[in-house]
Amino acid sequence: MSVNGIDFSIAIGGAAGQGIATPGNILARMFGRRGLHLYAYNAYQSIIRGGHILLTLRIRDQEVHSHGDGLDLLLCLNQDTMDRHLGILGPGARVLYNSDKVEPGAVPDGVVLCPMPIAELAGDSKNKLIQNTISLGVMMSVLGAEFSMLEEALEQAFKRKGAAVVDENVIMARAGYDHAAANFEPFPEPMPEGDKPLAMWTGNSALAMGGAAAGVKFYAAYPMSPSTGVLHWFAQHSHELGIMVRQVEDEIGVANMVIGAAHAGCRAMCATSGGGFALMTEAIGAAAMMEIPAVFINVMRAGPSTGVPTKTEQGDLWQVLGASQGDFERFIVAPLDVLDAYNCVPELFNLVDRAQCPGIIISDLLISEGTFNVDPDLLDLQPEIDRGALLVDPSPNGNYLRYLDTESGISPRVTPGHEGFVHTVATDEHDEDGVIISDEFTHPHKRRRSVEKRARKFLGVCADVPAPTLEGPEDAEVTLLGWGSTYGVIKEAIEMLAEQGVVANQLAIKWIVPFHSEVVEEILTSAKHVLLVENNYSGQFARYLRSETGFAPNGHIRKYDGEPFMPHHIVEGVVELLDSEAAIHVPYQEIIV
Amino acid sequence: MSTAEMTAEMIGIELPRSPESPKEFKGKVTPDWCVGCGDFGVLNSLQRALFELGLKPHEVLCVSGIGCSSNLPGYINTYGMHTLHGRSLPVATGAKLGNHKLNVIATGGDGDGYGIGGNHLMHTARRNIDITYLVMNNQIYGLTTGQISPTSRPDMKTKSTPFGNLEYPINPITSAIMNGATYVARGYSADPKHLTEIIKNGIEHKGFSLIDVFSPCVTFNHDNDFKFFKPRIKKLEDEDHDPTDWKAACEKAMAWGDEIYIGLFHENDRPSLDSLEMVLDSGIPLARRPLGLSGEQGEKLISRMM
Repeated sequence: MSVNGIDFSIAIGGAAGQGIATPGNILARMFGRRGLHLYAYNAYQSIIRGGHILLTLRIRDQEVHSHGDGLDLLLCLNQDTMDRHLGILGPGARVLYNSDKVEPGAVPDGVVLCPMPIAELAGDSKNKLIQNTISLGVMMSVLGAEFSMLEEALEQAFKRKGAAVVDENVIMARAGYDHAAANFEPFPEPMPEGDKPLAMWTGNSALAMGGAAAGVKFYAAYPMSPSTGVLHWFAQHSHELGIMVRQVEDEIGVANMVIGAAHAGCRAMCATSGGGFALMTEAIGAAAMMEIPAVFINVMRAGPSTGVPTKTEQGDLWQVLGASQGDFERFIVAPLDVLDAYNCVPELFNLVDRAQCPGIIISDLLISEGTFNVDPDLLDLQPEIDRGALLVDPSPNGNYLRYLDTESGISPRVTPGHEGFVHTVATDEHDEDGVIISDEFTHPHKRRRSVEKRARKFLGVCADVPAPTLEGPEDAEVTLLGWGSTYGVIKEAIEMLAEQGVVANQLAIKWIVPFHSEVVEEILTSAKHVLLVENNYSGQFARYLRSETGFAPNGHIRKYDGEPFMPHHIVEGVVELLDSEAAIHVPYQEIIV
Repeated sequence: MSTAEMTAEMIGIELPRSPESPKEFKGKVTPDWCVGCGDFGVLNSLQRALFELGLKPHEVLCVSGIGCSSNLPGYINTYGMHTLHGRSLPVATGAKLGNHKLNVIATGGDGDGYGIGGNHLMHTARRNIDITYLVMNNQIYGLTTGQISPTSRPDMKTKSTPFGNLEYPINPITSAIMNGATYVARGYSADPKHLTEIIKNGIEHKGFSLIDVFSPCVTFNHDNDFKFFKPRIKKLEDEDHDPTDWKAACEKAMAWGDEIYIGLFHENDRPSLDSLEMVLDSGIPLARRPLGLSGEQGEKLISRMM
């Protein structure tokens, strides 16, 4: 635990099928109700039974931006977890395990073992997952928390399964709690309480909720990790919120269905990961050509190809930049954290509605599948909705041109069904009236006009998104540059660097397109030493930065082993790169999951 | 005078006028199809069907893919979407669900619908969404200047099969029936009267209607031309065929010799997707509903996160 209030990491390790998610969710909600901040990262594998899962829940009484560096409490649901992770624990850490089945190995100095006689405590319970509930009871005691907090959470978690299930779980948890109180020394500082209860959500539920708040009426998807949570949220809320949700045969169908619904006049959206996004790309160009606003989400996982479906990476930047053939503009936003994931959806819908074009959100497994607590007052549930030049209740004027060549390039949009506005939209190049000019009427001057009309919509759009700003001391010795989900871990690395006497600041890029190249270039050329942090091998953002600004950072910290950065990875990288001639630092992943 | 007409007269507004002739469905552009192309007969039949159903141009959305026949939305005076190759069905599905008051008609060719878009046909059929899919089947790729299509006959020699086609053709009728389409018919572009009736019934049918139309390519397919079809075409209506009997429908659809059937092969009343979907129960199209969350909806969402 840190001197600056509580900073505590709990990990639950076991095999898929051992029911790690339930105690994880119970803990997350419990901490939320207590007003504590949470950042949870689940390291798992593409397997339904077996393998190894390590769910890390980091709790602080102030905002928490990463899953942290160490573990204070490890619950081993199997021997494998003990064997993998006991060695990395530091002094004061507690290890909880079923002493009937799990043997500790060589125990590092200062690590406290808490063997749980599960069979004895479980009595005649037939519930195979009961060790999880007993362990929660033990954990509460070791954390110095009152039992009532767990009792309430168990009631909420199991009430749908009936009173008998609730009772059994409460009794078992109590047995664990009492056993621990009698046998294990609790952590020196008891669990504090925050100012007010916090809400719990995941990045995927934030993206979905952001869509609902933005007015999405049509959501389609093909299940694909790590984006499937968005589909689940929408499906669960479809009736309540009046949102059409369809699971479609493939991502080609998904993207084209979204375009159909968007053309009908709905705000429409879909989410996938890189492989599915590849299938969507032709449709993204179609949305651009037909000038139909729609939002496509790519939740990145480690690639290429099927890659590592359950691991994170920032490897799809150039895929989204180049999605679809032809020369056209699209908006691209990379949310910096979970709240940003929520906010960026209505922001992006307003932009694409105004410019009548596709927009892409590029998230990643770390944000999308992470579980976080959030102050509910920070959620804007009625964000501004701007549908641009969409004519909602138009009166016919006799000569409607869907692609009217205006000064702004933006043509008033009327959706099918209105009398007096009958028109055709086309993926072929077309004239102002939608008549195609790709065959019989091929005409270079008309083609040029159409290209310029569409391009003109994007002149000046940079002013519609906020420019990135430096966070931290202006005269810092080192500027850490990142994009998307690295924001939080860089922020924490900067705090740690300050403790070591290294003054650093951060430039975090959220808007990839439009890109504030002049602002970014000015900030970076004024910085003393720029290090670019990204979760890929080749430096995808480094190449983009050079293409947009000509700027090349002094060094790079890159990770591409599937696991996200931990703060100390960046701290060590900064120290090494400042002290040596090396240009690239690749952190070593200590926790093997 | 209808109630709507009387009300309109009373409050002094002009009601949308129904077209007075099929010509009002004529598009801005004259088709650039080859002289004698089967697609002319299909276009004319569709225009007449819309007219005879009393539909108004703004109530109809024609969605096509890519290919000669997929140019149709440009040639008809209704709302239109000329989408990507093979993707008319998902786009049409999205548009129908976005505004289920629209009469959505998907059009295209055999390459577009049975080749590159084949996967969508299977799933749109089982989804049974209320759209009408009109496939101008000429058993050849025309716009790319003559290669085999998924409905080309075995041994057919084309530019891509100079030694003869080794592959077996898809049967769109049996495929659609097997996959759950609830109105499956075949027309012949040289019999526009018959085709018009089939299209009208397809549009009126609540559910997914596949209408496969023999629409000969006069330029690239010299095997399956009008001369080939004329002596062979037999109407199911002249036979004792029961369209609710899907097995008999499949048998009739497999006939490909001296007798080739057109007409309604199969129809059933399985409810359509849009009629089953609770989200559409209020009757107001999704595209016309207010956006965003109500205060109450927002509060509920937050309370579940606590």
